[in-house]
Amino acid sequence: MRTGIFASLCVLLVSCSGDQTPRNTGVYMLLDTSGTYAEELEKAEQIIRYTLSKLDATDTFAVARIDTGSFSEKDIIAKVTFDDRPSAVNRQKRLFAQQVSDFVKNAKASAYTDITGGLLQAVEFLNEKGTAKKMILIFSDLKEDLQEGYIRDFDIELNGFQVIALNVTKLRSDNIDPREYMNRLKEWRDRVEKTGGEWRVINDLDGLEGIF
Amino acid sequence: MSFMLGITPWPVVSALLWIILTVAALYLVRGTAHKTIQIAAQGLHRSFRIGSKAVSQSAKRLGERNRDVLLAAGREAKERIIEREFNRINETVRKDLANYSALHRSLSESIGRIEKDHQEAIDVPPDPPGWVKAVQAVAAMDSKDAGVHVGNILSDIHKSLIKAHKEAMAAYHVASAKRHHLLRHMRPDWRQIQQTLAAVGKNVDSLLSRSVTIDRLMQEYEDIVAGKDRAMSVLSSSSLVNFFVSAFVLVIAIGGAIINFSLIARPMAEMVGGTNFIGGFRMADIAALVIILVEISMGLFLMESLRITRLFPVIGALPDKTRVRMVYITFSLLFLLASVEAGLAYMREVLLQDELATSALLRGDIGPTATGEFLWITTAAQMGLGFILPFALTFVAIPLETFVHSLRTVVGLMAISLLRTLSLMLRLLGNLFLYLGVLFKQVYDLPLFVPLWLEERVAKKSANVVAPKRVRQ
Repeated sequence: MRTGIFASLCVLLVSCSGDQTPRNTGVYMLLDTSGTYAEELEKAEQIIRYTLSKLDATDTFAVARIDTGSFSEKDIIAKVTFDDRPSAVNRQKRLFAQQVSDFVKNAKASAYTDITGGLLQAVEFLNEKGTAKKMILIFSDLKEDLQEGYIRDFDIELNGFQVIALNVTKLRSDNIDPREYMNRLKEWRDRVEKTGGEWRVINDLDGLEGIF
Repeated sequence: MSFMLGITPWPVVSALLWIILTVAALYLVRGTAHKTIQIAAQGLHRSFRIGSKAVSQSAKRLGERNRDVLLAAGREAKERIIEREFNRINETVRKDLANYSALHRSLSESIGRIEKDHQEAIDVPPDPPGWVKAVQAVAAMDSKDAGVHVGNILSDIHKSLIKAHKEAMAAYHVASAKRHHLLRHMRPDWRQIQQTLAAVGKNVDSLLSRSVTIDRLMQEYEDIVAGKDRAMSVLSSSSLVNFFVSAFVLVIAIGGAIINFSLIARPMAEMVGGTNFIGGFRMADIAALVIILVEISMGLFLMESLRITRLFPVIGALPDKTRVRMVYITFSLLFLLASVEAGLAYMREVLLQDELATSALLRGDIGPTATGEFLWITTAAQMGLGFILPFALTFVAIPLETFVHSLRTVVGLMAISLLRTLSLMLRLLGNLFLYLGVLFKQVYDLPLFVPLWLEERVAKKSANVVAPKRVRQ
């Protein structure tokens, strides 16, 4: 009898201790605002809204711009960690969508494109949040254009990260020599996979279901 | 192999030699080998037979136990039905026949009044006419002496006669009217007696029909107590029917519980958070499930307190006062939980609309997201469901009790079937090994056909030699 009561209490305590394993998702989206690509930001807004609709309680989402020096918190346009109450989540989503919308309306093109800096910032941010699933969305043509003096030729630890390049548009030079485009994609793939990351490219924005 | 074929320079000869040696060895140990095969086969046969008997005994014991359980359950159920019938009779007697003395007095008074009226309404014989004697006197007079006076006398008599007739007729009419009045006065009494007797007759008929039912039930009860096979078969089949019917109703109830769950699981996330997990399950889902289970438990206690079900003898044995208190407490708790559920169902609708609005905004829909003025219908329906389902789930107690009771019998029947099948299989296996022993002996003898044929020849020859000797003797 006593053993039974003890066993029941143990089971109850173990049950009440809860499952602390995180199950949330962290998404960091980088928006390229350089040159002509800034015109594509409306598409980026659609992707952000879609991502917002797919995220749930305790997930984290941040949107940052890629400019001359992207390794900075100042480049984060909007960030949120959703509450675990559904009603609060809805409010946060609406607010986030509004912030992004305001940014898209007033966005200015940047002179240089520091994608690596943005990627590094994304890794830092998501590691700090400690989400179970980590995703970095890069909305860019993947053509990096660094200002003189900026050092970015080093490996970034991407183990456990999914890096998804979205809407990788072809440049005029790519049309002349498509190998440039292929090489650009290959370089990024190698760079991500070299340090344990998972690389994907989604150019058809109607197939966004594949992201999550 | 090469060694075996190399014992002579000619492999064929070596092989033949080996065959002869093997056959000879097999022939020499034939008796022992046959005995060994037979012992092994019989041993296995007996073991399986013993196993089969043991299983068969277990099946028999289980059958007896199942029979006892079934009879006890049937006895209890029948006692409940008979008790209910007696209660109904008691109620009828208490309600309809308790005022029998008043009824009797009413009847006696009515009959007394009728008797009195009847007595008064008896037809009084008219007085004998007084003029008859006068007519006799006139008739006795001498006609010569009578002269003219007789005619006057007769005329007077005639007048008197007419007068008396008129008076008698008037008196007769008055008396008849009085009698008719009295008879009319008796009519309501007759009707009252008729109605009273009809009511009494109806009650008596009801009692008679109930007594017939009780007789039948008592007969069935006696059959159960006596453990008759007919009673057993009826109980067994009704137990199976109860099992399937109650299982069907329970499945429906589970469907109701699932709907109930979906109504409150989402808003529960607002209360306990949507991301906490216990053992792989969302805390909100567990909380919703616990609420539903508590409601079902309250329903069970309510049904027990009302003595509709008898799953917990402790509750049934409580004093009436405590039991009634328990009814009120469980009903109040159930009512509160149902109200909470209605609130949660409302919250669910609010959250759903909020979510739809957010989704529409994220999709870029500018138009109105709400479905307009009919939205209240779904909200009200959800709230109504949230409130009603806990009470509906209360009635799960009835099929649950039936299911639990019939489950014992059904599981017993299944176990008996299983044991019987096992017993049969063991028996078959035992026989199989017995015949396998015979088969192996025959197979063993196959390569020994030459020495066996020779042995048979020798045996026949010796028999032929011995037989003439016996004849001569």
